[in-house]
Amino acid sequence: MKINFFKIIIFSFITFFLLVFWLGLKKDNSYNTTNLIGNKISSFQLASIHNSDLISDELLKQNEFTLINIFASWCAPCRLEHKYLIKLANQNRNVKILGINFKDKKNNALNFLNKLGNPYNFVAEDLDGKASILFGTYGVPESILVDKELTIIKKIIGPIGQRQFEEILKLTQ
Amino acid sequence: MKIQKIIIIYFFLLSTLYSDEVNLEVMEIYKNLRCLVCQGQSIADSNSDFALTIKLVVQDQIKEGRTKKEIYDFLISKYGEWIVYQPTLTKDNFFLWFLPYLVLVLGGLIIFFITRKSKHNKAN
Repeated sequence: MKINFFKIIIFSFITFFLLVFWLGLKKDNSYNTTNLIGNKISSFQLASIHNSDLISDELLKQNEFTLINIFASWCAPCRLEHKYLIKLANQNRNVKILGINFKDKKNNALNFLNKLGNPYNFVAEDLDGKASILFGTYGVPESILVDKELTIIKKIIGPIGQRQFEEILKLTQ
Repeated sequence: MKIQKIIIIYFFLLSTLYSDEVNLEVMEIYKNLRCLVCQGQSIADSNSDFALTIKLVVQDQIKEGRTKKEIYDFLISKYGEWIVYQPTLTKDNFFLWFLPYLVLVLGGLIIFFITRKSKHNKAN
């Protein structure tokens, strides 16, 4: 009787641990911030890169949709996605694009825009990167699509490709 | 002259003592934040771009007089629960929080019953 009791305990412990490890190994633990879709972005106020204007969340409320794109001239994937941003700016009037220049030098950023074209309706500077935390980004490039109420509709971590580009078009029709 | 020196040393020590206290608090916050772009490192351990930015923001918020909880809440609202190492209690993870206590109580009960049994056996 006594032995049975211990056997049951040991058996249940082993099954429990095997189950935990089995489930733990199967679980997808790559992290992303897509769970923040549906949240509102917080208010912000950033200096424009072109002049002394301030760019704030109030400005975005006037747009049907805004794509907030965090970019830098030193970031290679940003160059890859740039043509899609330009395509988006030309094709879709519903979406305004706010570029946030992340940890960059002003001259380099302006050169970058002169050379590759400027798809942005507004470009704000974030020289020390602190503002990027407000948007919940952890790298460049990253894009956040928000609607008129500043609710996050989509987050794209990494460069925008053909698939993401089509998705943005679909969401903003 | 001697007194002056002592006073200077006293204030110097006082200031280092004070700054240590502040740093400890900041370090504690850094250590409880996960560096999202590094594998298995906290913000305190990492020198990645992301970690450096988070450090700046935490320092700013401390200067503004925000409490530890407010800083964690702010970062959780931006990055989700994943950014803190010590998650808050929710219905998804209450098992994780209470399992150790459950095992403790269960173990106590098992020991209690075994000792009682052996006492009975001895008595018999």
